[in-house]
Amino acid sequence: MTDWLHLVLLIALVVVALDLARLRDLFAAAMLTGFFSLLCAVYYTIVDAVDVAFTEAAVGAGLSTVLMLGALSLLDERVETGRVRNRIGALSAALAVAAMMLYATPDMPAYGDPTSPVNQPDRPAWRYVHQSGKEIGVPNIVTSVLASYRGYDTLGETNVIFTAGLAVYALLAGVRRKRGQDAE
Amino acid sequence: MTGLFGYWTVIATLAIGLYIMIAHGNLVKKVIGLNVVQTAVILFYVSFGKVHGGTAPILDERFEIYSNPLPHVLMLTAIVVGVATTAVALALIVRIWESYGSIEEDDIVRAELVE
Repeated sequence: MTDWLHLVLLIALVVVALDLARLRDLFAAAMLTGFFSLLCAVYYTIVDAVDVAFTEAAVGAGLSTVLMLGALSLLDERVETGRVRNRIGALSAALAVAAMMLYATPDMPAYGDPTSPVNQPDRPAWRYVHQSGKEIGVPNIVTSVLASYRGYDTLGETNVIFTAGLAVYALLAGVRRKRGQDAE
Repeated sequence: MTGLFGYWTVIATLAIGLYIMIAHGNLVKKVIGLNVVQTAVILFYVSFGKVHGGTAPILDERFEIYSNPLPHVLMLTAIVVGVATTAVALALIVRIWESYGSIEEDDIVRAELVE
């Protein structure tokens, strides 16, 4: 049952991505990226990554789509987009990258393999799974890794968000000022 | 399901995202392509954290086997940072629209040449 769901979801993801490549209307493309993120969130749920799933649903499907629609509303009129240039060059670059990665896939561990390198006892993940209950005392392993074992990572992440917020504010403050002057 | 199908989907999604970024001249479409590539990478990481017979990594006496939590943590960070880059890219696009009156790459290059 889960395998069947897997297959359908993964194929749906590729179909939606293909549709994104074909779409010319920016509004439709922005909405479709939201749908794409939501499909991903469902996939993350069935591969047991529940924390990633709700972050993707809230941030990827929600916030990203809102940001994109907000930006489109600032681009005054409905922007026509149509020109696809250099189709052959783009296609050959994408195919070359895909071929190189396909060549590498047989070396990868099979899906869900418990003996894959990341699940070995000498890897950090082993300690997170078996010791975090005693060492941190939080039932959710993802939370204890995020906030404690890799706390500096999260601190750096908040710095990135803060800097991005400042950058957006600095960029858009000028736009608002200019709009105000035009209105006067 | 065969063990490698997930990887093939990731590769297909990544190639499509790359194609969108190169082929479309529209800057918003380029950002969307970047998002697709990013999602492909996240799919890749999350799918190799899965362990057969395991459950979500939340400790409970009834379960013995859990998925690998480390890829999940790293991808949480990646999703949030991805949104931050999207926000800055879109703000830049709005500024480009203000300066050039277009967000098509061809038009912007032509305007630069005229100057």
